[in-house]
Amino acid sequence: MSDNLITIENLTFGYGTEILHKGINMEFQRGKVSAIMGGSGSGKTTILKLIGGQIKPKSGSVSVDNQIVHKQNLDGIYKLRRKMGMLFQHGALFTDLSVYENVAFPMREHTDLPENIIKDLVLMKLNAVGLRGAYKLMPTELSGGMARRVALARAIALDPDIIMYDEPFAGLDPISMAVICDLIRTLNDALGATSIIVTHDVAETFSFADYIYFVADGIVAAEGSPKQLMASKLPFVKQFIHSEKDGPVPFHVSAPSYNSDLSL
Amino acid sequence: MKSLINFFEKVGFSVTSRIHRLGTATRLFFLILLASGESFKRFQLTMKEIYFTGVMSLVIIIVSAFFVGMVLGLQGYYTLQKYGSSEAIGVLVALALVRELGPVVTALLFAGRAGTAITAEIGLMKATEQLSAMEMMAVNPVGRIIAPRFWAGVIAMPILAAIFSMVGILGGYVVAVIVIGVDEGAFWSQMQANVDFRYDIVNGVIKSLVFGVACTIIALFEGYDAPPTAEGVSRATTRTVVTSSLVILGLDFILTSFMIGG
Repeated sequence: MSDNLITIENLTFGYGTEILHKGINMEFQRGKVSAIMGGSGSGKTTILKLIGGQIKPKSGSVSVDNQIVHKQNLDGIYKLRRKMGMLFQHGALFTDLSVYENVAFPMREHTDLPENIIKDLVLMKLNAVGLRGAYKLMPTELSGGMARRVALARAIALDPDIIMYDEPFAGLDPISMAVICDLIRTLNDALGATSIIVTHDVAETFSFADYIYFVADGIVAAEGSPKQLMASKLPFVKQFIHSEKDGPVPFHVSAPSYNSDLSL
Repeated sequence: MKSLINFFEKVGFSVTSRIHRLGTATRLFFLILLASGESFKRFQLTMKEIYFTGVMSLVIIIVSAFFVGMVLGLQGYYTLQKYGSSEAIGVLVALALVRELGPVVTALLFAGRAGTAITAEIGLMKATEQLSAMEMMAVNPVGRIIAPRFWAGVIAMPILAAIFSMVGILGGYVVAVIVIGVDEGAFWSQMQANVDFRYDIVNGVIKSLVFGVACTIIALFEGYDAPPTAEGVSRATTRTVVTSSLVILGLDFILTSFMIGG
Protein backbone atom coordinates (compact mmCIF):
# COMPACT_ATOMS: atom_id res chain seq x y z
CA MET A 1 0.00 0.00 0.00
CA SER A 2 1.38 3.37 -1.06
CA ASP A 3 2.23 5.83 1.71
CA ASN A 4 0.39 8.57 -0.18
CA LEU A 5 -3.37 8.59 0.05
CA ILE A 6 -3.73 11.62 -2.21
CA THR A 7 -1.41 12.59 -5.05
CA ILE A 8 -1.65 15.72 -7.16
CA GLU A 9 0.46 15.69 -10.34
CA ASN A 10 1.15 18.61 -12.69
CA LEU A 11 -2.22 20.10 -11.86
CA THR A 12 -3.35 23.01 -13.99
CA PHE A 13 -6.65 24.68 -13.25
CA GLY A 14 -8.32 27.97 -14.02
CA TYR A 15 -11.63 29.69 -14.56
CA GLY A 16 -12.15 30.76 -18.19
CA THR A 17 -8.90 32.16 -19.51
CA GLU A 18 -7.49 32.92 -16.05
CA ILE A 19 -5.05 30.24 -14.89
CA LEU A 20 -5.04 29.71 -11.12
CA HIS A 21 -2.75 26.68 -10.77
CA LYS A 22 0.22 26.21 -13.09
CA GLY A 23 1.51 22.68 -12.59
CA ILE A 24 1.07 21.86 -8.92
CA ASN A 25 2.50 18.69 -7.39
CA MET A 26 1.53 17.56 -3.90
CA GLU A 27 1.49 14.32 -1.94
CA PHE A 28 -0.53 13.74 1.20
CA GLN A 29 0.71 10.89 3.33
CA ARG A 30 -1.62 8.52 5.18
CA GLY A 31 -2.10 9.35 8.82
CA LYS A 32 -0.50 12.80 8.55
CA VAL A 33 -1.89 16.27 9.03
CA SER A 34 -0.88 18.39 6.02
CA ALA A 35 -1.59 22.05 5.50
CA ILE A 36 -1.95 24.12 2.35
CA MET A 37 -1.09 27.73 3.05
CA GLY A 38 -1.04 30.83 0.93
CA GLY A 39 -2.56 34.24 0.54
CA SER A 40 -6.22 34.94 -0.18
CA GLY A 41 -7.14 34.06 -3.75
CA SER A 42 -4.17 31.74 -4.24
CA GLY A 43 -6.48 28.80 -4.98
CA LYS A 44 -6.13 26.84 -1.73
CA THR A 45 -9.82 25.99 -1.39
CA THR A 46 -9.92 25.12 -5.09
CA ILE A 47 -7.43 22.33 -4.38
CA LEU A 48 -9.88 20.83 -1.87
CA LYS A 49 -12.67 21.08 -4.46
CA LEU A 50 -10.45 19.30 -6.99
CA ILE A 51 -9.72 16.54 -4.49
CA GLY A 52 -13.46 16.21 -3.80
CA GLY A 53 -14.25 16.08 -7.53
CA GLN A 54 -16.47 19.17 -7.41
CA ILE A 55 -14.46 20.67 -10.28
CA LYS A 56 -12.19 19.18 -12.96
CA PRO A 57 -8.60 20.17 -13.69
CA LYS A 58 -7.57 21.59 -17.08
CA SER A 59 -4.65 19.18 -17.11
CA GLY A 60 -2.74 16.96 -14.73
CA SER A 61 -4.41 14.67 -12.23
CA VAL A 62 -5.65 14.32 -8.68
CA SER A 63 -5.73 10.75 -7.42
CA VAL A 64 -7.32 9.57 -4.21
CA ASP A 65 -6.53 6.05 -3.04
CA ASN A 66 -4.94 5.37 -6.46
CA GLN A 67 -8.06 6.42 -8.36
CA ILE A 68 -7.98 9.48 -10.60
CA VAL A 69 -10.84 11.64 -9.36
CA HIS A 70 -11.89 13.44 -12.55
CA LYS A 71 -11.94 10.20 -14.57
CA GLN A 72 -14.68 8.76 -12.35
CA ASN A 73 -18.35 8.97 -13.26
CA LEU A 74 -20.77 10.47 -10.72
CA ASP A 75 -21.20 7.15 -8.90
CA GLY A 76 -17.42 6.74 -8.72
CA ILE A 77 -17.00 10.27 -7.36
CA TYR A 78 -19.72 9.63 -4.77
CA LYS A 79 -17.92 6.40 -3.74
CA LEU A 80 -14.69 8.36 -3.28
CA ARG A 81 -16.49 11.10 -1.34
CA ARG A 82 -17.77 8.53 1.14
CA LYS A 83 -14.13 8.19 2.18
CA MET A 84 -13.95 11.95 2.78
CA GLY A 85 -15.25 14.33 5.38
CA MET A 86 -15.13 18.06 4.84
CA LEU A 87 -15.37 20.95 7.24
CA PHE A 88 -16.51 24.06 5.40
CA GLN A 89 -15.33 27.57 6.27
CA HIS A 90 -18.50 28.52 8.13
CA GLY A 91 -19.61 25.01 9.00
CA ALA A 92 -22.36 24.78 6.33
CA LEU A 93 -24.71 23.19 8.85
CA PHE A 94 -28.23 22.47 7.61
CA THR A 95 -30.14 25.30 9.24
CA ASP A 96 -33.48 23.48 9.25
CA LEU A 97 -32.06 20.53 11.20
CA SER A 98 -31.01 20.37 14.85
CA VAL A 99 -27.42 19.66 15.90
CA TYR A 100 -28.39 16.01 16.44
CA GLU A 101 -30.03 15.70 13.02
CA ASN A 102 -27.09 17.41 11.32
CA VAL A 103 -24.66 14.82 12.67
CA ALA A 104 -27.11 11.98 11.98
CA PHE A 105 -27.61 13.18 8.39
CA PRO A 106 -24.75 11.23 6.70
CA MET A 107 -25.64 8.12 8.71
CA ARG A 108 -29.28 8.28 7.66
CA GLU A 109 -28.32 8.87 4.02
CA HIS A 110 -25.68 6.16 3.69
CA THR A 111 -26.54 3.45 6.20
CA ASP A 112 -29.56 1.44 7.30
CA LEU A 113 -28.60 1.60 10.97
CA PRO A 114 -31.45 1.40 13.47
CA GLU A 115 -32.37 4.59 15.32
CA ASN A 116 -30.89 3.47 18.67
CA ILE A 117 -27.45 2.86 17.06
CA ILE A 118 -27.63 6.20 15.21
CA LYS A 119 -28.42 7.91 18.51
CA ASP A 120 -25.39 6.32 20.23
CA LEU A 121 -23.09 7.17 17.31
CA VAL A 122 -24.29 10.78 17.11
CA LEU A 123 -23.80 11.29 20.83
CA MET A 124 -20.32 9.73 20.61
CA LYS A 125 -19.33 12.05 17.75
CA LEU A 126 -20.73 15.07 19.59
CA ASN A 127 -18.94 13.99 22.75
CA ALA A 128 -15.67 13.87 20.79
CA VAL A 129 -16.07 17.55 19.94
CA GLY A 130 -17.35 18.43 23.44
CA LEU A 131 -20.92 19.24 22.38
CA ARG A 132 -22.95 16.25 23.55
CA GLY A 133 -24.89 18.62 25.79
CA ALA A 134 -25.89 20.78 22.80
CA TYR A 135 -27.53 18.05 20.70
CA LYS A 136 -31.01 19.59 20.95
CA LEU A 137 -29.94 23.07 19.80
CA MET A 138 -30.57 24.50 16.35
CA PRO A 139 -27.61 25.86 14.31
CA THR A 140 -28.83 29.44 14.82
CA GLU A 141 -28.36 28.99 18.59
CA LEU A 142 -24.65 28.10 18.25
CA SER A 143 -21.61 30.36 18.36
CA GLY A 144 -19.18 30.32 15.41
CA GLY A 145 -16.78 27.98 17.23
CA MET A 146 -19.57 25.62 18.30
CA ALA A 147 -20.99 25.52 14.77
CA ARG A 148 -17.54 24.60 13.46
CA ARG A 149 -17.29 21.79 16.04
CA VAL A 150 -20.73 20.42 15.13
CA ALA A 151 -19.71 20.52 11.46
CA LEU A 152 -16.57 18.62 12.43
CA ALA A 153 -18.67 15.99 14.23
CA ARG A 154 -20.77 15.69 11.06
CA ALA A 155 -17.63 15.45 8.88
CA ILE A 156 -16.35 12.48 10.94
CA ALA A 157 -19.79 10.85 11.24
CA LEU A 158 -18.87 7.96 8.96
CA ASP A 159 -15.22 7.70 10.14
CA PRO A 160 -13.70 8.99 6.87
CA ASP A 161 -10.17 8.17 5.68
CA ILE A 162 -9.64 11.79 4.63
CA ILE A 163 -10.73 14.88 6.55
CA MET A 164 -10.48 18.22 4.75
CA TYR A 165 -10.71 21.53 6.55
CA ASP A 166 -11.42 24.77 4.69
CA GLU A 167 -10.19 27.72 6.76
CA PRO A 168 -11.11 26.07 10.09
CA PHE A 169 -9.82 29.00 12.17
CA ALA A 170 -11.40 31.89 10.25
CA GLY A 171 -13.24 34.29 12.55
CA LEU A 172 -12.72 32.29 15.76
CA ASP A 173 -11.71 33.63 19.17
CA PRO A 174 -8.39 32.32 20.62
CA ILE A 175 -10.08 29.73 22.86
CA SER A 176 -12.21 28.29 20.05
CA MET A 177 -9.13 28.33 17.81
CA ALA A 178 -7.12 26.32 20.35
CA VAL A 179 -10.02 23.86 20.69
CA ILE A 180 -10.24 23.34 16.92
CA CYS A 181 -6.42 22.91 16.67
CA ASP A 182 -6.51 20.27 19.35
CA LEU A 183 -9.50 18.51 17.76
CA ILE A 184 -7.88 18.36 14.32
CA ARG A 185 -4.79 16.63 15.68
CA THR A 186 -6.64 14.38 18.16
CA LEU A 187 -9.31 13.24 15.71
CA ASN A 188 -6.75 12.61 12.98
CA ASP A 189 -4.70 10.38 15.25
CA ALA A 190 -7.70 8.67 16.90
CA LEU A 191 -9.39 7.85 13.57
CA GLY A 192 -6.14 7.05 11.76
CA ALA A 193 -7.26 9.53 9.10
CA THR A 194 -5.35 11.78 6.72
CA SER A 195 -6.08 15.46 7.24
CA ILE A 196 -5.65 18.39 4.88
CA ILE A 197 -6.07 21.90 6.19
CA VAL A 198 -6.42 24.97 4.03
CA THR A 199 -5.52 28.01 6.07
CA HIS A 200 -3.45 31.17 6.36
CA ASP A 201 -3.09 31.09 10.14
CA VAL A 202 0.62 30.53 10.62
CA ALA A 203 1.01 30.14 14.40
CA GLU A 204 -1.81 27.59 14.82
CA THR A 205 -0.90 25.53 11.77
CA PHE A 206 2.80 25.40 12.54
CA SER A 207 2.01 24.14 16.05
CA PHE A 208 0.44 20.83 14.97
CA ALA A 209 0.81 20.17 11.21
CA ASP A 210 3.19 17.47 9.99
CA TYR A 211 3.82 18.92 6.54
CA ILE A 212 3.05 22.25 4.93
CA TYR A 213 2.71 23.41 1.32
CA PHE A 214 2.91 27.11 0.47
CA VAL A 215 1.00 28.05 -2.68
CA ALA A 216 1.76 31.31 -4.46
CA ASP A 217 1.47 32.49 -8.06
CA GLY A 218 -0.16 29.21 -9.04
CA ILE A 219 2.73 26.99 -7.97
CA VAL A 220 3.98 25.31 -4.80
CA ALA A 221 6.39 28.02 -3.69
CA ALA A 222 7.74 26.05 -0.73
CA GLU A 223 7.08 22.86 1.18
CA GLY A 224 8.41 21.05 4.21
CA SER A 225 7.88 20.39 7.88
CA PRO A 226 7.09 23.39 10.09
CA LYS A 227 10.68 23.30 11.36
CA GLN A 228 12.15 23.36 7.85
CA LEU A 229 9.87 26.21 6.79
CA MET A 230 10.66 28.27 9.89
CA ALA A 231 14.31 28.08 8.88
CA SER A 232 13.55 28.84 5.22
CA LYS A 233 15.30 31.79 3.63
CA LEU A 234 12.82 32.01 0.75
CA PRO A 235 11.54 35.62 0.60
CA PHE A 236 7.88 34.60 0.14
CA VAL A 237 7.95 32.16 3.07
CA LYS A 238 9.69 34.74 5.28
CA GLN A 239 7.15 37.41 4.36
CA PHE A 240 4.25 35.07 5.03
CA ILE A 241 5.51 33.60 8.30
CA HIS A 242 6.57 36.94 9.76
CA SER A 243 3.50 38.79 8.41
CA GLU A 244 5.61 41.39 6.60
CA LYS A 245 3.59 44.06 4.82
CA ASP A 246 5.71 44.25 1.69
CA GLY A 247 7.86 41.73 -0.13
CA PRO A 248 7.36 39.28 -2.98
CA VAL A 249 3.63 39.76 -2.36
CA PRO A 250 3.43 43.53 -2.95
CA PHE A 251 1.39 45.88 -0.79
CA HIS A 252 0.10 47.74 -3.85
CA VAL A 253 -1.97 46.14 -6.57
CA SER A 254 -0.39 46.91 -9.94
CA ALA A 255 -1.65 50.29 -11.16
CA PRO A 256 -0.64 53.19 -13.41
CA SER A 257 1.76 55.71 -11.88
CA TYR A 258 0.46 57.53 -8.80
CA ASN A 259 1.21 60.94 -10.34
CA SER A 260 -0.76 60.23 -13.50
CA ASP A 261 -3.75 58.96 -11.49
CA LEU A 262 -3.72 62.14 -9.39
CA SER A 263 -3.21 64.26 -12.55
CA LEU A 264 -0.02 65.80 -11.15
CA MET B 1 -22.23 53.64 -35.35
CA LYS B 2 -20.50 52.41 -32.22
CA SER B 3 -23.59 52.99 -30.10
CA LEU B 4 -25.67 51.04 -32.65
CA ILE B 5 -23.24 48.12 -32.41
CA ASN B 6 -23.40 48.37 -28.61
CA PHE B 7 -27.19 48.32 -28.77
CA PHE B 8 -27.26 45.15 -30.89
CA GLU B 9 -24.59 43.62 -28.68
CA LYS B 10 -26.75 44.26 -25.60
CA VAL B 11 -29.87 42.87 -27.27
CA GLY B 12 -27.94 39.82 -28.48
CA PHE B 13 -26.46 39.21 -25.05
CA SER B 14 -29.83 39.56 -23.39
CA VAL B 15 -31.44 37.07 -25.82
CA THR B 16 -28.63 34.49 -25.61
CA SER B 17 -28.46 34.68 -21.81
CA ARG B 18 -32.23 34.12 -21.61
CA ILE B 19 -31.99 31.13 -23.95
CA HIS B 20 -29.10 29.83 -21.86
CA ARG B 21 -31.16 30.17 -18.67
CA LEU B 22 -34.11 28.43 -20.32
CA GLY B 23 -31.79 25.58 -21.29
CA THR B 24 -30.39 25.34 -17.76
CA ALA B 25 -33.91 25.32 -16.30
CA THR B 26 -34.96 22.55 -18.72
CA ARG B 27 -31.87 20.56 -17.75
CA LEU B 28 -32.75 20.99 -14.07
CA PHE B 29 -36.29 19.80 -14.83
CA PHE B 30 -34.99 16.56 -16.37
CA LEU B 31 -32.44 16.11 -13.57
CA ILE B 32 -35.33 16.38 -11.10
CA LEU B 33 -37.32 13.75 -12.99
CA LEU B 34 -34.27 11.44 -13.01
CA ALA B 35 -33.64 11.97 -9.29
CA SER B 36 -37.29 11.68 -8.25
CA GLY B 37 -37.11 8.09 -7.02
CA GLU B 38 -35.97 9.29 -3.60
CA SER B 39 -38.99 11.63 -3.29
CA PHE B 40 -41.38 8.68 -3.51
CA LYS B 41 -39.27 6.04 -1.77
CA ARG B 42 -38.84 8.35 1.21
CA PHE B 43 -42.20 10.03 0.88
CA GLN B 44 -41.85 11.69 4.30
CA LEU B 45 -39.36 14.12 2.65
CA THR B 46 -42.06 15.16 0.15
CA MET B 47 -44.73 15.22 2.88
CA LYS B 48 -42.63 17.66 4.91
CA GLU B 49 -42.43 19.96 1.90
CA ILE B 50 -46.16 19.59 1.16
CA TYR B 51 -46.70 20.90 4.68
CA PHE B 52 -44.45 23.93 4.08
CA THR B 53 -45.67 24.78 0.60
CA GLY B 54 -49.29 23.60 0.83
CA VAL B 55 -50.54 23.66 4.39
CA MET B 56 -48.69 26.87 5.26
CA SER B 57 -50.29 28.56 2.22
CA LEU B 58 -53.81 27.68 3.36
CA VAL B 59 -54.50 30.91 5.25
CA ILE B 60 -53.78 33.19 2.30
CA ILE B 61 -55.64 30.84 -0.08
CA ILE B 62 -58.77 30.54 2.09
CA VAL B 63 -59.01 34.25 2.95
CA SER B 64 -58.41 35.35 -0.65
CA ALA B 65 -60.85 32.76 -2.00
CA PHE B 66 -63.59 33.90 0.37
CA PHE B 67 -63.24 37.54 -0.68
CA VAL B 68 -62.95 36.66 -4.38
CA GLY B 69 -66.14 34.57 -4.07
CA MET B 70 -67.97 37.39 -2.29
CA VAL B 71 -66.95 39.93 -4.94
CA LEU B 72 -68.03 37.51 -7.70
CA GLY B 73 -71.37 37.09 -5.95
CA LEU B 74 -71.93 40.83 -5.71
CA GLN B 75 -70.79 41.74 -9.22
CA GLY B 76 -72.51 38.74 -10.76
CA TYR B 77 -75.82 39.39 -9.02
CA TYR B 78 -76.08 43.02 -10.12
CA THR B 79 -75.19 42.15 -13.72
CA LEU B 80 -77.49 39.11 -13.95
CA GLN B 81 -80.34 41.02 -12.31
CA LYS B 82 -80.44 43.37 -15.31
CA TYR B 83 -81.31 40.37 -17.49
CA GLY B 84 -83.68 38.85 -14.96
CA SER B 85 -81.57 35.78 -14.37
CA SER B 86 -80.21 36.37 -10.89
CA GLU B 87 -80.83 32.68 -10.02
CA ALA B 88 -77.94 31.83 -12.33
CA ILE B 89 -75.54 33.47 -9.88
CA GLY B 90 -74.53 30.04 -8.49
CA VAL B 91 -73.45 28.82 -11.95
CA LEU B 92 -71.59 32.04 -12.67
CA VAL B 93 -69.62 31.93 -9.41
CA ALA B 94 -68.86 28.21 -9.74
CA LEU B 95 -67.80 28.33 -13.39
CA ALA B 96 -65.66 31.42 -12.92
CA LEU B 97 -63.90 29.81 -9.98
CA VAL B 98 -63.54 26.24 -11.21
CA ARG B 99 -62.49 27.11 -14.75
CA GLU B 100 -60.37 30.23 -14.29
CA LEU B 101 -60.02 32.03 -10.98
CA GLY B 102 -59.41 28.93 -8.86
CA PRO B 103 -56.35 27.66 -10.75
CA VAL B 104 -55.02 31.11 -11.79
CA VAL B 105 -55.37 33.05 -8.53
CA THR B 106 -54.16 30.06 -6.52
CA ALA B 107 -51.08 29.82 -8.73
CA LEU B 108 -50.40 33.57 -8.41
CA LEU B 109 -50.76 33.41 -4.62
CA PHE B 110 -48.67 30.22 -4.53
CA ALA B 111 -45.89 31.96 -6.48
CA GLY B 112 -45.93 34.88 -4.05
CA ARG B 113 -46.10 32.83 -0.88
CA ALA B 114 -44.51 29.40 -1.45
CA GLY B 115 -42.48 30.15 -4.61
CA THR B 116 -40.54 32.98 -3.02
CA ALA B 117 -39.95 30.90 0.12
CA ILE B 118 -38.57 28.03 -2.00
CA THR B 119 -36.27 30.37 -3.98
CA ALA B 120 -34.97 32.12 -0.87
CA GLU B 121 -34.41 28.83 0.94
CA ILE B 122 -32.52 27.14 -1.92
CA GLY B 123 -30.58 30.35 -2.66
CA LEU B 124 -29.49 30.68 0.95
CA MET B 125 -28.61 26.99 1.16
CA LYS B 126 -26.35 27.58 -1.83
CA ALA B 127 -24.87 30.80 -0.40
CA THR B 128 -24.08 29.13 2.92
CA GLU B 129 -22.50 26.11 1.17
CA GLN B 130 -25.14 23.70 2.47
CA LEU B 131 -25.64 22.26 -1.03
CA SER B 132 -21.88 21.89 -1.49
CA ALA B 133 -21.65 20.21 1.91
CA MET B 134 -24.34 17.76 0.81
CA GLU B 135 -22.47 17.04 -2.43
CA MET B 136 -19.29 16.41 -0.46
CA MET B 137 -21.23 13.95 1.71
CA ALA B 138 -21.99 12.02 -1.51
CA VAL B 139 -25.65 13.05 -1.32
CA ASN B 140 -27.20 14.39 -4.53
CA PRO B 141 -28.83 17.75 -3.63
CA VAL B 142 -31.19 17.48 -6.60
CA GLY B 143 -32.59 14.21 -5.25
CA ARG B 144 -32.54 15.15 -1.57
CA ILE B 145 -33.53 18.85 -1.64
CA ILE B 146 -34.88 19.87 -5.04
CA ALA B 147 -37.02 16.90 -6.15
CA PRO B 148 -39.12 16.63 -2.93
CA ARG B 149 -39.94 20.35 -3.19
CA PHE B 150 -40.87 19.95 -6.84
CA TRP B 151 -43.30 17.10 -6.21
CA ALA B 152 -44.66 18.87 -3.15
CA GLY B 153 -45.53 21.88 -5.33
CA VAL B 154 -47.05 19.71 -8.06
CA ILE B 155 -49.18 17.81 -5.51
CA ALA B 156 -50.15 20.85 -3.42
CA MET B 157 -51.25 23.15 -6.25
CA PRO B 158 -54.38 21.25 -7.47
CA ILE B 159 -55.45 20.65 -3.86
CA LEU B 160 -55.04 24.34 -3.05
CA ALA B 161 -56.92 25.29 -6.23
CA ALA B 162 -59.76 22.93 -5.28
CA ILE B 163 -59.91 24.47 -1.78
CA PHE B 164 -59.85 27.94 -3.37
CA SER B 165 -62.81 27.12 -5.61
CA MET B 166 -64.73 25.54 -2.75
CA VAL B 167 -64.20 28.46 -0.36
CA GLY B 168 -64.89 30.93 -3.18
CA ILE B 169 -68.25 29.28 -3.89
CA LEU B 170 -68.99 29.52 -0.18
CA GLY B 171 -68.15 33.26 -0.31
CA GLY B 172 -70.48 33.67 -3.30
CA TYR B 173 -73.18 31.78 -1.39
CA VAL B 174 -72.84 34.04 1.66
CA VAL B 175 -73.29 37.21 -0.42
CA ALA B 176 -75.88 35.93 -2.92
CA VAL B 177 -78.06 33.79 -0.67
CA ILE B 178 -77.57 35.05 2.88
CA VAL B 179 -76.98 38.77 2.28
CA ILE B 180 -78.91 39.48 -0.95
CA GLY B 181 -81.53 36.75 -0.62
CA VAL B 182 -81.27 34.77 -3.86
CA ASP B 183 -83.17 31.50 -3.60
CA GLU B 184 -80.91 28.85 -2.05
CA GLY B 185 -82.39 26.00 -4.05
CA ALA B 186 -81.86 27.85 -7.34
CA PHE B 187 -78.30 28.74 -6.35
CA TRP B 188 -77.25 25.11 -5.79
CA SER B 189 -79.45 23.31 -8.34
CA GLN B 190 -78.42 25.56 -11.25
CA MET B 191 -74.79 25.03 -10.26
CA GLN B 192 -75.29 21.25 -10.11
CA ALA B 193 -77.05 21.19 -13.47
CA ASN B 194 -74.63 23.39 -15.39
CA VAL B 195 -71.17 22.56 -14.10
CA ASP B 196 -69.77 19.65 -16.09
CA PHE B 197 -67.30 17.37 -14.35
CA ARG B 198 -65.15 16.52 -17.38
CA TYR B 199 -65.34 19.85 -19.17
CA ASP B 200 -65.14 22.26 -16.21
CA ILE B 201 -63.67 20.53 -13.17
CA VAL B 202 -61.13 18.20 -14.85
CA ASN B 203 -59.92 21.03 -17.09
CA GLY B 204 -59.47 23.21 -14.01
CA VAL B 205 -57.46 20.47 -12.33
CA ILE B 206 -55.31 20.05 -15.47
CA LYS B 207 -54.62 23.80 -15.44
CA SER B 208 -53.60 23.82 -11.80
CA LEU B 209 -51.34 20.80 -12.35
CA VAL B 210 -49.57 22.61 -15.22
CA PHE B 211 -49.29 25.77 -13.10
CA GLY B 212 -47.92 23.66 -10.24
CA VAL B 213 -45.14 22.30 -12.46
CA ALA B 214 -44.35 25.76 -13.90
CA CYS B 215 -44.40 27.70 -10.60
CA THR B 216 -42.35 25.16 -8.69
CA ILE B 217 -39.72 24.64 -11.38
CA ILE B 218 -39.32 28.43 -11.74
CA ALA B 219 -38.92 28.88 -7.97
CA LEU B 220 -36.45 25.99 -7.70
CA PHE B 221 -34.42 27.06 -10.71
CA GLU B 222 -34.18 30.68 -9.57
CA GLY B 223 -32.94 29.53 -6.14
CA TYR B 224 -30.52 26.97 -7.56
CA ASP B 225 -29.16 29.43 -10.11
CA ALA B 226 -28.98 32.44 -7.75
CA PRO B 227 -25.56 34.05 -7.24
CA PRO B 228 -24.49 33.11 -3.68
CA THR B 229 -24.85 36.64 -2.27
CA ALA B 230 -27.59 38.54 -0.41
CA GLU B 231 -28.26 40.63 -3.52
CA GLY B 232 -28.31 37.55 -5.75
CA VAL B 233 -30.90 35.80 -3.57
CA SER B 234 -33.01 38.94 -3.35
CA ARG B 235 -33.05 39.37 -7.14
CA ALA B 236 -33.81 35.69 -7.65
CA THR B 237 -36.79 35.94 -5.30
CA THR B 238 -38.18 38.91 -7.22
CA ARG B 239 -37.62 37.10 -10.53
CA THR B 240 -39.56 34.11 -9.20
CA VAL B 241 -42.70 36.21 -8.66
CA VAL B 242 -42.43 38.13 -11.91
CA THR B 243 -41.60 35.14 -14.13
CA SER B 244 -44.15 32.85 -12.45
CA SER B 245 -46.94 35.43 -12.80
CA LEU B 246 -46.24 36.01 -16.49
CA VAL B 247 -45.88 32.29 -17.21
CA ILE B 248 -49.13 31.49 -15.36
CA LEU B 249 -51.11 34.09 -17.30
CA GLY B 250 -49.54 33.07 -20.62
CA LEU B 251 -50.10 29.36 -20.00
CA ASP B 252 -53.67 30.05 -18.89
CA PHE B 253 -54.47 31.62 -22.25
CA ILE B 254 -52.84 28.75 -24.16
CA LEU B 255 -54.54 26.06 -22.07
CA THR B 256 -57.93 27.78 -22.23
CA SER B 257 -57.77 28.11 -26.01
CA PHE B 258 -56.95 24.39 -26.31
CA MET B 259 -59.67 23.41 -23.86
CA ILE B 260 -62.36 25.56 -25.44
CA GLY B 261 -61.22 24.53 -28.92
CA GLY B 262 -61.25 20.83 -27.91
